[in-house]
Amino acid sequence: MADIKQFKLPDIGEGLTEADILTWHVKVGDVVEHNQILVEVETAKAAVELPSPYAGVVTALHADEGATVDVGKPIISIDIAPGGDDGPRSDVGGATEDLVPSPPLSESDAASESAGQRRQSVLVGYGPAAEGVAHRRRRRTEAVTPSAHTAFNVPPAAPPAAEPQPSHVAPAHRVLAKPPVRKLAKSLGVDLTTLEPTGPNGTVSRDDVTQAAGATTSPGVAVGERETRIPIKGVRKHTAAAMVSSAFTAPHVTEFVTVDVSATMELRDRVAGRREFRDVKVSPLLFVAKAVILAAMKTPEINATWDEAAGEIVFKHYVNLGIAAATDRGLIVPNIKGADELSLLGLARAMSELTDTARAGKTSPADMAGGTITITNVGVFGVDTGTPILNPGEAGIVAFGAVRRMPWVLGTGADERIEPRWVTQLAVSFDHRLVDGQQGSRFLSDVAAVLTDPGLALL
Amino acid sequence: MSEHVNAVQPEPDMIQLLTPEGQRVEHPDYPLDITDDEIAALYRDLVLVRRIDTEAIALQRQGELGLWASLLGQEAAQIGAGRALRPHDMAFPSYREHGVAWCRGVDPLTLLGLFRGTNLGGFSPYEHNFNLYTIVIGAQTLHATGYAMGVVRDGAVGTGDPDRDTAVLAFFGDGASSQGDVNESFVFAAAGNLPVVFFCQNNQWAISEPVERQSRIPLFQRASGFGFPGVRIDGNDVLASLAVTRKALDDARNAQGPRLIEAFTYRMNAHTTSDDPTRYRLGAETETWKLRDPIARVKAYLVRNAQLPVDFFDDVEAESLRLAEHVRIGCRALPNPTPASPFDALFVDMPDEVREQRDEFVEFVASIEEAAEV
Repeated sequence: MADIKQFKLPDIGEGLTEADILTWHVKVGDVVEHNQILVEVETAKAAVELPSPYAGVVTALHADEGATVDVGKPIISIDIAPGGDDGPRSDVGGATEDLVPSPPLSESDAASESAGQRRQSVLVGYGPAAEGVAHRRRRRTEAVTPSAHTAFNVPPAAPPAAEPQPSHVAPAHRVLAKPPVRKLAKSLGVDLTTLEPTGPNGTVSRDDVTQAAGATTSPGVAVGERETRIPIKGVRKHTAAAMVSSAFTAPHVTEFVTVDVSATMELRDRVAGRREFRDVKVSPLLFVAKAVILAAMKTPEINATWDEAAGEIVFKHYVNLGIAAATDRGLIVPNIKGADELSLLGLARAMSELTDTARAGKTSPADMAGGTITITNVGVFGVDTGTPILNPGEAGIVAFGAVRRMPWVLGTGADERIEPRWVTQLAVSFDHRLVDGQQGSRFLSDVAAVLTDPGLALL
Repeated sequence: MSEHVNAVQPEPDMIQLLTPEGQRVEHPDYPLDITDDEIAALYRDLVLVRRIDTEAIALQRQGELGLWASLLGQEAAQIGAGRALRPHDMAFPSYREHGVAWCRGVDPLTLLGLFRGTNLGGFSPYEHNFNLYTIVIGAQTLHATGYAMGVVRDGAVGTGDPDRDTAVLAFFGDGASSQGDVNESFVFAAAGNLPVVFFCQNNQWAISEPVERQSRIPLFQRASGFGFPGVRIDGNDVLASLAVTRKALDDARNAQGPRLIEAFTYRMNAHTTSDDPTRYRLGAETETWKLRDPIARVKAYLVRNAQLPVDFFDDVEAESLRLAEHVRIGCRALPNPTPASPFDALFVDMPDEVREQRDEFVEFVASIEEAAEV
């Protein structure tokens, strides 16, 4: 005799109320084993395969694929004693007549049962991602209903370019603009209906409004006392000529590097404390100068001249180090002759002298002639870096930025950490006619390496 | 998500004694003297706990359990650690340590009450020296640390008497390692030099949160910050788990203080039966870990090297089916709670006042049921 058991849809996700039948893996008449997968269902939380609680023969499927079934409703009937007493064993016996107690259906539940897409509630865990569920469910039917966008409540993507923008077609209809843009337009006295919308979906953008407002104000600027005209002369004239000549003769390339100069700053403190340095200024610039000299000796191209007239490149075996100095009269670039032969103390003295002379306005033309490479200390103005323009006749110029306390990543692996360090930026512009990226980069990284680890200067 | 696949490459410093291909390898710090019969016994453990897990998931899908937290993929970590314990040691599980429970001799049905809702997860922790499943993430590490303080006060550590010296083994996951509780436990365990071993199963996912979003460093390295040693083991290698946990527990019993073991493993299934991992991780990652299956490598080793009875594997399989049936039938037969059960389970010596409250409550519930029948 037959002993038919019904398997009722369990709550498989802690507080679910229903599930969709995705795929039946068995059909009526099939023999099923314990824990054989019967059906795949999709709940608000996941797609889940349901294993059979019974061994027996399938006698009925109570829900079609695609149907939404309430928890507690039977989904399949299985005969655990088909063809009489010798039917397949049932491990669970009669004790599990009712595997899942049916929650009583309230009238409103029953009424809304056919409503289909009603919101699913869960009691525990992350909720039913209504869109996700709708998305999956819909994906299967996409072939039938290609324009599924509306069902997602997702605004359609911007219309293809070929389609005319709505505002162009029908200027009479209400102008589209966000409330803050409307407010801006009102405060600037701009009539939104007069504007050509350029924002997404034919909306008037903030830029549209500000541009329109700008256009209505007078472009003319008052002339007279509000301007001062001075003749171009002296250092300014010279500087301008030099810069224009340089910028339009030598193709400039500028490279940058950010360096942890904490070790150099420590060294500076130690050096400044030494007796023999008591009368000179021991600035970070001194160490940059030293690093530049060392690096220039290693990369001769950066310490060279392009002699167009002679058709030659002139490599200098000495360094006349130019230091760009801001003076009352303007920018001048005196240089330290034979800087490569000076000790650190000698270099410090030379730099002090050079700047003092420049500030006093006593720099002679000879002091400014014959430079081979230049440093411009833009950091004293509190800026980080720049793209310096070559002193004419030279192939390299280094910009030294402000030295700041900055977060810096130190160590590796487990030891990796962020610490406040003394950090600066260096830039080098070089004449690409005679210095390639390789030499320029090597020069800059050599300078950076010495500043990171001044001990390298001993090498 | 694709980056995470790369993040699960084996670590060079991970202790491994049995490769995924079933090759036995030695580690200088962790020599393991083990017979093939003992390895075969571990294999049986692994297969049986996986079968318990599979059956419990089926029961949940059939509506017999409200929830289940699968251990699939983590069998080796748990069996190795569980078999390293001595009977008088104490284990503090989270809620996924079905394998450890098995090693302690806890009937799987004892665990199911909590997941079926027929009890509140209560049983005597002292019966098998296996504490209650702890759902609150990481809280059990505090309990374990407190227990270890008690062990010290009992003078049951560092005496040299193997029957007296006691260690405590606390289980938690990568997610719990971010909890204050766990870090506080580390502080107290280190400060008190307590005989507790912290066993972290790093299964790569704290529900949907990948471990690399929780820690800048490998989890085992955290121990050094607290002042005790940490090691990482191949969590899918039952021999590594056994050897390293054994050593750590020995150290703890010998008053060497706490240890952290990070078992580098993978949760092959969803976090629980209520979770859908396809929403946050790629199938490719799971496929990668399938190649490191904790059971396949032991079987490969046994087939190649061990002289086992011809029907050994068939016998284990048959035993696993009997165990599944025990779980299946036993689960459905678990007694439903009565209105009086919460009271009865709470007190050893019930105060008279509470006894009166219980009787009143039972009477009240009965009156409602009678009214409903009328």
